[in-house]
Amino acid sequence: MFGKKELQEIQELKRSYEIAVEKVLLKNPERKKEFTTVGGIPLNRVYSPEDIQDQNYGSDIGYPGDYPYTRGVQPNMYRGRFWTMRMYAGFSTAEESNKRYRYLLAQGGSGLSVAFDLPTQIGYDSDHPMAQGECGKVGVAIDSLADMETLFDQIPLDKVSTSMTINAPAAVLLAMYICVGEKQGISMDRLSGTIQNDILKEYIARGTYIFPPKPSMRLITDIFGFCSENVPKWNTISISGYHIREAGSTAAQEVAFTLADAIAYVEAAIKAGLDPNVFGKRLSFFFNAHNGFLEEIAKFRAARRMWAQIMKTRFGVTDAKAQMLRFHTQTAGCTLTAQQPENNIVRVALQALSAVLGGTQSLHTNSMDEALALPTEKSVGIALKTQQIIAHESGVTDTVDPIAGSYAIEALTNDIQTMAEEYIRKIDDMDGMLVAIEKGYVQKQIQDAAYEYQKAIENEDLIVVGVNKFRMKEERRDLQLLKVDESVGRMQISKLKKMKETRDNIAVQNALEEVRTAARDESLNMMPRIIDAVKCYATEGEICGVLREEFGEYTENIVL
Amino acid sequence: MQGLVQKALGGHIRSIARIITMVESESPYTEEIMKLIYPHTGNAHIIGITGSPGAGKSTLTDKLIDNFKQQGKNVGVIAVDPSSPFTGGAILADRIRMQRHSVDPNVYIRSMGTRGSLGGLAKSTYEAAMILDACGKDVIFIETVGVGQSEIDIVKIADSVCLILVPGMGDDIQIMKAGIMEIADVFVVNKADRDGFERVVAEVRIMLDLVKHGNWTPPVLTTVAEKAKGLPELTQSLMDHGKFLSESREGLDKKLKRITIEVEEILQREIARFTERTWKENCTPELLDSLLAKKTDPYTVAGKILEMVFVNN
Amino acid sequence: MAEDKIRVVVAKPGLDGHDRGAKVIARALRDSGMEVIYTGLRQTPEQIVETAIQEDADAIGISILSGAHEYYFSKVIDLLKEKEASDIIVFGGGVIPEDDVPHLLEIGAGAIFGPGTPTTSCSEWLKNAVKEKRAMETR
Repeated sequence: MFGKKELQEIQELKRSYEIAVEKVLLKNPERKKEFTTVGGIPLNRVYSPEDIQDQNYGSDIGYPGDYPYTRGVQPNMYRGRFWTMRMYAGFSTAEESNKRYRYLLAQGGSGLSVAFDLPTQIGYDSDHPMAQGECGKVGVAIDSLADMETLFDQIPLDKVSTSMTINAPAAVLLAMYICVGEKQGISMDRLSGTIQNDILKEYIARGTYIFPPKPSMRLITDIFGFCSENVPKWNTISISGYHIREAGSTAAQEVAFTLADAIAYVEAAIKAGLDPNVFGKRLSFFFNAHNGFLEEIAKFRAARRMWAQIMKTRFGVTDAKAQMLRFHTQTAGCTLTAQQPENNIVRVALQALSAVLGGTQSLHTNSMDEALALPTEKSVGIALKTQQIIAHESGVTDTVDPIAGSYAIEALTNDIQTMAEEYIRKIDDMDGMLVAIEKGYVQKQIQDAAYEYQKAIENEDLIVVGVNKFRMKEERRDLQLLKVDESVGRMQISKLKKMKETRDNIAVQNALEEVRTAARDESLNMMPRIIDAVKCYATEGEICGVLREEFGEYTENIVL
Repeated sequence: MQGLVQKALGGHIRSIARIITMVESESPYTEEIMKLIYPHTGNAHIIGITGSPGAGKSTLTDKLIDNFKQQGKNVGVIAVDPSSPFTGGAILADRIRMQRHSVDPNVYIRSMGTRGSLGGLAKSTYEAAMILDACGKDVIFIETVGVGQSEIDIVKIADSVCLILVPGMGDDIQIMKAGIMEIADVFVVNKADRDGFERVVAEVRIMLDLVKHGNWTPPVLTTVAEKAKGLPELTQSLMDHGKFLSESREGLDKKLKRITIEVEEILQREIARFTERTWKENCTPELLDSLLAKKTDPYTVAGKILEMVFVNN
Repeated sequence: MAEDKIRVVVAKPGLDGHDRGAKVIARALRDSGMEVIYTGLRQTPEQIVETAIQEDADAIGISILSGAHEYYFSKVIDLLKEKEASDIIVFGGGVIPEDDVPHLLEIGAGAIFGPGTPTTSCSEWLKNAVKEKRAMETR
């Protein structure tokens, strides 16, 4: 990127700089022998043009909106429109969550992000024995279309975009959303939003899987196919590194395993006869914004560049939109501390800033009390305001990608890419992500990193303010915590019972048999049958029950 | 002790679990427990499940439990995982795949760490199997660690050895080299919905032709454990082998051999114990000094110690 | 006895899939010399208790981040009582509000480790708790 003469001059300057450093070091040693990022990438004392001399601005970095999109996917980024401020929320019953959504929209939130409770995420109705004690706890309980209608009551689905954190039963929840839209008089081609629909990371990091990999991949490609034709504005998958990072991976692993998952989805969809130039446009990603400020910015940029290169060279994708990595970000839940919880506001602000400087398309900021319980309305408000302050007050949004060209950032971006590509190569050698997961390779890498991280905190190699340093005595917590009442489960069960008494049960049985037929015949797309079943109020548990019978269930693969 | 053992023999799970622990941790009561147990043993069919890590041993065992339960059998499982040679700790996770049976009163699952034993088994795996046998289990599966050469230990304690292979792992050859081919009574090619399983089946058949057999020709079966495919056939084969043993000369030979080994092992263990104790009692600094100064030699010292052992006892 | 190993069941009750904490603590307990029986995800209280009994475990460690701690702790502890196995120590961790801890201890949990607890405090505590428990038993 620099001329030969220029580089020679820089090297001469470096020599005198190094002499100066030596003198300083003689007087005072540095704080540590070696400096690394949180993810263990060695850090130079200082970076200079020398460190990025092999880089070509045009082909490696480029202008925003240009391949390989290192600087962002839109030409003018936040000068046009800010990222979507999307707060993940949902708890208790559909009524309660509906209230919270309307509060968030009134506060200036620009999109919804639905959290479902665990029974819903794992395809059990609220009256299933496994659902005992879990209803409404980590998200909203949805059993049937009736609950979904309540959830979006008075929220016009053509005006908001909705992201749903749902994976194994994503098809069912998407079907319900489509039906709610229809009842509001909004056809499905006008709906916009995202389903997470990323089963591979459930196997390796998040745990809410139901079916084995093969039928799960089929459900995913059925959704890709159905939405390409009928719900064109819908993001059919949100390929998530977030949970991989939360499970303890490093930043480079987060990029590597997320993109390796993405490769597996694209391969499966191509095998199912779909065109990557078409479905590729509806792939979206989801990353974590962790503590290492510089490393995180570099990570987002590296991921964007790598994905563009993968889509172009590996899959021959020519459509620019299908080469772009668009992503949602959430600040790192695992960095929140139960000790001195107010400090979390600052952590979240820094993490959010790294996501913005990394060019995110939407952002969730965690609330300060989330290491203790679900967030209260007040703490959610602060988290949302944090985004608004970055957007409107910090000024970082007024020029596109202001951090590009920082020697350190560009060098770290290259480092992350190199490390991530090495992992992807290993996974390719194993014959892809499905095999790597089956062998437990990916899980092992993540668990090793998690254990190292824990040990680093215990040895105080890593400092966590308020936890292993700068502790305060006699902490008094006067936070108000949100508690989900145990009665939610009972209420949900009685609602479900009533609903089942009033619906047409014969129609339900017929629709469920249609779902079964489709499950057995891979030439059929399952989505239309699931929509039909949902429409006559077949419950999520009933539909998933049929699929459980047909597909079987996955058992985790433990490598410790 | 007698009370506890009586309760265990009556099928009280906590008591069974407790006496296994006592034997496993080499409690001073071990001999007493085993003496009380011994008369009640000999009814169970002990089946060894071996094969490389990732071959699907636990999943297959999980499905075998179903099939043997359907035959009205009371099932015990001993799953062995390696202990860390450095800390002695272990993570025992085989039962994850069998957890759905954990609340079944007719199924007992026990995890064991190898605790320094070098084979694919724990030191007290055999004793644990005897206890389960005595306490009413009809079939006992022993799932080995699954790491090559050491696996052959299973033949010493199992009536039937079931070797699991999978296509595409590339380690089938390793197993063949390790001499496990000779000891398996039933071969299973698992994950038989994958490319290349026919090749593994063919290779095993060729190898089998080269190995000498008595009146039992080991069958080569295919399974897809995850989907429970091929399980009834496997169950039948294992039961057939059990029947063959109970009716044949080979079965009797096997029993005699095992009893002989058992006595020999107890002898070795006891002698080792006495020898070690006597050596420790007589290992004075002066003796060590004279060894260091070459005034005497290790052979002479050892000879004297042995003399003491046999004279004193 | 030649070897008196501590055996501990580490379990994830319910539907919560966040097992980073459970796995980290399982490894830490192993590295402190214990035998850890790891049950994996989605365990019912019945499965956890039966496992602990069959494995003759000294303790059960449960990790819950879903807010369902009240339900699972009381269920596990009740079942242990029912099975006359109350001597088995129950401890746990996860996202558990401080205000909820006293009640969990009251119903019989041995200790609750909040976020940020060093794994060594947990293994030290467990070693001592098992030592006390064994001293009380006449084995």
